[in-house]
Amino acid sequence: MRALTWHGKHDVRVDTVDDPEILNPRDAIIKITSTAICGSDLHLYDGYIPTMQAGDILGHEFMGEVVETGPRSSLKKGQRVVVPFTIACGSCYHCGKHQYSACDNGNPADNQDIGQELYGQPMSGLFGYSHLTGGYAGGQAEYVRVPFSDVGPIVIPDGIEDDKVLFLSDILPTGWQAAENADIEPGDTVAVWGCGPVGLFAVQSAFLMGAERVIAIDHFPHRLELARKFGAETINFEESATYEALMEMTGGIGPDAVIDAVGLEAHGFFVDNVIDQIKKSTFLGTDRIHSIRQAIVACRKGGRVSMPAVYGGIVDKFPLGAFMEKGLTLKTGQTSVQHYMPALLNAIIEEKIDTTFLISHRMALEDAPKGYQMFHDNQNEVTKVVLKPDFAAGMVA
Amino acid sequence: MSETINRDARDDAPMTTSKRSDADSEVAQTLVDPKGSSAIGRTVTINRPRSELFAYWRDFANLPTFMDNVVSVEILDASRSHWVVKAPAGRTVEWDAVITEEKEGETIAWASTEGADVPNSGRIDFRDAQGGRGTIVTATILYDPPAGVVGKVIAKLFQREPAIQARRDLRRFKQLMETGEIATNARTRAQREDEKE
Repeated sequence: MRALTWHGKHDVRVDTVDDPEILNPRDAIIKITSTAICGSDLHLYDGYIPTMQAGDILGHEFMGEVVETGPRSSLKKGQRVVVPFTIACGSCYHCGKHQYSACDNGNPADNQDIGQELYGQPMSGLFGYSHLTGGYAGGQAEYVRVPFSDVGPIVIPDGIEDDKVLFLSDILPTGWQAAENADIEPGDTVAVWGCGPVGLFAVQSAFLMGAERVIAIDHFPHRLELARKFGAETINFEESATYEALMEMTGGIGPDAVIDAVGLEAHGFFVDNVIDQIKKSTFLGTDRIHSIRQAIVACRKGGRVSMPAVYGGIVDKFPLGAFMEKGLTLKTGQTSVQHYMPALLNAIIEEKIDTTFLISHRMALEDAPKGYQMFHDNQNEVTKVVLKPDFAAGMVA
Repeated sequence: MSETINRDARDDAPMTTSKRSDADSEVAQTLVDPKGSSAIGRTVTINRPRSELFAYWRDFANLPTFMDNVVSVEILDASRSHWVVKAPAGRTVEWDAVITEEKEGETIAWASTEGADVPNSGRIDFRDAQGGRGTIVTATILYDPPAGVVGKVIAKLFQREPAIQARRDLRRFKQLMETGEIATNARTRAQREDEKE
């Protein structure tokens, strides 16, 4: 099959590799129909994530058609499914509590060593995202092997096109969980740092959960415009002073809840890497966690901090005093995608949530390297690239 | 927890976590027939009933399904078995093991017999986890580390180091018991075979 493979910094290629096979009883093989490039894929592209190996297949936002099933898969050939980026077994203690992203068993035993050393306990497996999270082949390919296919994938009813449901795989549930973690109460003002896909979905979700006002913060005018379309007020941090603006806009109180959806700019994933980055340049070092620092300082007393943003290491200059003295609450974590999928699919079918606005480019899987470069170079206009394995090279839509 | 795993009056932590220099010999004293000089302990919680886990483990022929280093376990009689285990640089080591203590549903202890390539002994303890979380499985293993610094480095390099292996084997046991399969990131059968080598 053809697949997008990683070879090093800014070096991704579409190669011909062996097709995946059913290896475990609960596996299924999916023929990919749509697969997106995630903002977090740019970390891999920029070479910031360790434990990558040349030839690794990327991609953790994908959907397609079931073409082969193991004896214990609950799927049937021909079904269309969206696959969660988190690989969860459904039978461990954490899965029992719907903490799917904390699954004990989704990460192969040998790969769990790194997380155990780094974080105290290993994390679950993820598709196409380094060997720290399992070393699984991702979905930017013609086919993918999906473990625990009786737990993860959600079957999509006929007549609903890919564009409407693809983002159930990661960014829509991630934005939703971010808003849920903000414990929104009626009348609340919620501030969202970062208007990438997760931030924009968090804006929509916050309104659906009863927020009175949402204030979106970014510096890309096009992305702020998208946030405004969903009813958010905006702060362009290149135009206005964020803390001062938030205080004035909230009557001197500060937002009731703050959401950091910026972490895509976080560079290091390893403890020493992060410390090195900080040591290399104090300016860069402090900037790396600028958004979460600013969010904590701006948040009102007794407020809630939600952090969907991805961080990997140890940070410097974390405002622990402000956090304690104001009595804040922080909730964070990788998304338990499986927990949110059914309700969010219904919300899409009932047209309460629209995700298609995000897609700026559709192109052939063969042209994926170009898609990475475009996404990397122009984050204002390129909001989402969806790759189509059945497009001929050069074809766009 | 079995009183044999706890140290005396000092604190309640397992003695395999002790910072004291005589901890290994204290662990050895908990075994009927200690073989080996270095002690390691690893614990995992498995969301399955104690009797089921004990029964699977007690059938030693099952062990190679989740112990990647174990090539084969041949059952010789009710208490004796013959083990063939991978060693660094493509070699194998062999020994006979005898069961030194057994409590149905709770404990299996063993020791290698005379002439073992790698003298070793240990115990597997099964106890109910609190709050209905299943079973806590603790492996306590006594072994003679590979000779000298070079031996240790080579063992680590080839990931045949017993502490690493015990941790991984227990994770695979948990995966197999909880999910019915052992997670692999391989894409093809050929890749999976390569990874086991």
